[in-house]
Amino acid sequence: MARKRVSLFVTCLVDQFYPEVGEATVRLLRHLGVDVDFPEAQTCCGQVALNGGYRSLAASVARRFVEVFRDSEAIVAPSGSCVATIHAHYADLLRDEPELAGEVASLQARTYELSQYLADVLGVDDVGARLPSPVRATYHDCCHALRDLGVQSQPRKLLSSVDGLELAEMKDSAACCGFGGTFAVKFADISTAILNEKLRNVDATGADVLTAVDASCLMHMGGALRRRGARTRPLHLAELLCEGLEEPRS
Amino acid sequence: MTEVLSARFKSQAAEALGNVTIQESLDRLVNFRQGRVDAIAEYGQDRWDALSDRAREIKRDTLEHLDEYLDQLSRQVERAGGHIFFATDAQEANDYVAKVAAAHDVKTVIKSKSMVSEEMGVAAVLESMGIEAVETDLGEYIIQLAREAPYHIIAPALHKSKEEVSELFQRILGTPAESDITALAGIARQVLREKFLQADMGMTGANFGVAETGTIVMVTNEGNGRMCSSLPRVQVATMGMERVIPRLRDVATYLPLLTRSATGQRISSYVSFVTGPRRRDEEDGPQEFHLVILDNGRSRMLADPELREALYCIRCGACLNACPVYGKVGGHAYGWVYPGPIGAVVTPSLVGVPRAKDLPFASTLCGACRDVCPLKIDIPRMLLKLRSDAVEGPAETRVPRRVESLMMRVWRRTVAGPRLFSLAGKAASAAQWPLSRRGALRWLPPPLSGWTRSRDFPRAAMRPFRARWRNHEGRHGR
Repeated sequence: MARKRVSLFVTCLVDQFYPEVGEATVRLLRHLGVDVDFPEAQTCCGQVALNGGYRSLAASVARRFVEVFRDSEAIVAPSGSCVATIHAHYADLLRDEPELAGEVASLQARTYELSQYLADVLGVDDVGARLPSPVRATYHDCCHALRDLGVQSQPRKLLSSVDGLELAEMKDSAACCGFGGTFAVKFADISTAILNEKLRNVDATGADVLTAVDASCLMHMGGALRRRGARTRPLHLAELLCEGLEEPRS
Repeated sequence: MTEVLSARFKSQAAEALGNVTIQESLDRLVNFRQGRVDAIAEYGQDRWDALSDRAREIKRDTLEHLDEYLDQLSRQVERAGGHIFFATDAQEANDYVAKVAAAHDVKTVIKSKSMVSEEMGVAAVLESMGIEAVETDLGEYIIQLAREAPYHIIAPALHKSKEEVSELFQRILGTPAESDITALAGIARQVLREKFLQADMGMTGANFGVAETGTIVMVTNEGNGRMCSSLPRVQVATMGMERVIPRLRDVATYLPLLTRSATGQRISSYVSFVTGPRRRDEEDGPQEFHLVILDNGRSRMLADPELREALYCIRCGACLNACPVYGKVGGHAYGWVYPGPIGAVVTPSLVGVPRAKDLPFASTLCGACRDVCPLKIDIPRMLLKLRSDAVEGPAETRVPRRVESLMMRVWRRTVAGPRLFSLAGKAASAAQWPLSRRGALRWLPPPLSGWTRSRDFPRAAMRPFRARWRNHEGRHGR
């Protein structure tokens, strides 16, 4: 069987703030026998502009994205909300350019959130990770991964198969963390009230690690955990799975 | 029309966040949520989805041919002996109600719960004419005494504790302090019974208006709607123009969706069907029946393909119960009649984006509302549409935002290619060093300061992913 090949869409947030998540994604995919390339012309998916109401600006970023990933066999991103932007909004954003409709549809069919790609495309439940010491982890369902992409069972399967990892479900794992992009800044107090409720549920699990498939939600929840000096570490799913891979980083 | 205070969303939200009683009452929304989940489980998810699809299909067809169905409805109302009035706006609707009241020398009006009458602000209009207009739904009665707007589409006094209700009754009705809810309801019941008997005119809403038969359908739990439509001499029903359904049998599609989504009930305690005034051989019912059908901006929504589906809403309130924002700021923050996610769409659509400029933005876009909506209304997508109206729409919907649009123009150039993108990253990374401590920023300047009030912000990486990739892959290749 021919080796699978994916193009990594690292996302602007991971690129600039959490490069380790990008590295873990590459390592994980290569560990599972997938070739990975990184189209260096990539920047952003346009979600920031779309959510801010700058639709025409988002459209120009979307058009660019279609071009950059035109020749990719499959596109994988360590972010549910960026992939959801492509799946749920690109057709809308580019509706005035019907000549792109076919390309957009094909792009959508080839673009996956990381856990989706691992579980649904590769058919992997167990990446073969073994944690050096036992970890209690709780999984937050990121809104767009869950509701736009249907990502729910995939990360749980992957986590449950990790040797040394105990998955402790939190109450209302599907409740929003209150991030919502600029919402967290424009309506900081409302955002914080929602976040506090989320973190009460995280705390109640006694988890060592809070994991999710979006660096943005983790940045939000992790920022508050850090401010409080909490024991719970925020860790992207890709990093958590990688922590248990045996081969050293090359 | 009821005054629009949506421009004060932020300060109204802050008030709710700081109010312990309100936060406790919002915590009780979990009961509605659980009730809905259990009710759908009992019904069966597949059956539910099929019902939901049918309901959408009927709405699609109804709105597609709205003029024909409204025409049919009005002909059938008239055939049954009723009067019909189409009101372009709240003012016209209020004028009509006032005219009817004056013609019948009305002194007391009893009202059953109706969101459209709240939208009109008709009670205040009647009061200004010296007519007593009494709300008879218990929750509505409480907020009327408190001179407040409804807090929730189906639970108008959700935010009031029993202690507050007791104080309110003591202050206004002069009744003794009472801590038992049943006893409090008993007090209201006693007062309202008198009003029911002396009223000259009853005002009701209409959950559905059936085109086929000219029937209005009222879904209530307290039986007060039936009193309002059977005791007084005159009945005036008000409904939004999107409330029409083609056939009587369509009620069977919407009723289970409505009651199970709203409260988790299989059916409400009362479902009343009213067709015209009392017939010659009937003992109960009004001598005169009027149906007021209100537009008040709905035609504009109908004409907009991106907002039209908001008119599918059957006002069950499930989106309020599911919304993380409503769950913290409650109903009054939204500043008009319709709160929560559907309110954040309906209010700017009906009153204009500039008068409700915060509402489309006051959402995390989490999608919980869309998930629980029995009509599957894609509320987050509509909020995005309203945001873009505010940012780049025509002059009448645009809201000035100079700093932000400047930032977005810079961002546009930044993401237009990888070179500027990396450069911007480097610049940001350098700029933040003085602010950061042990890998995170504890303070950011405005407009970002809201973040760092409760959260650390990560420091940009010294070497972003793309630099690491180039360095590593450049040497090893692949």
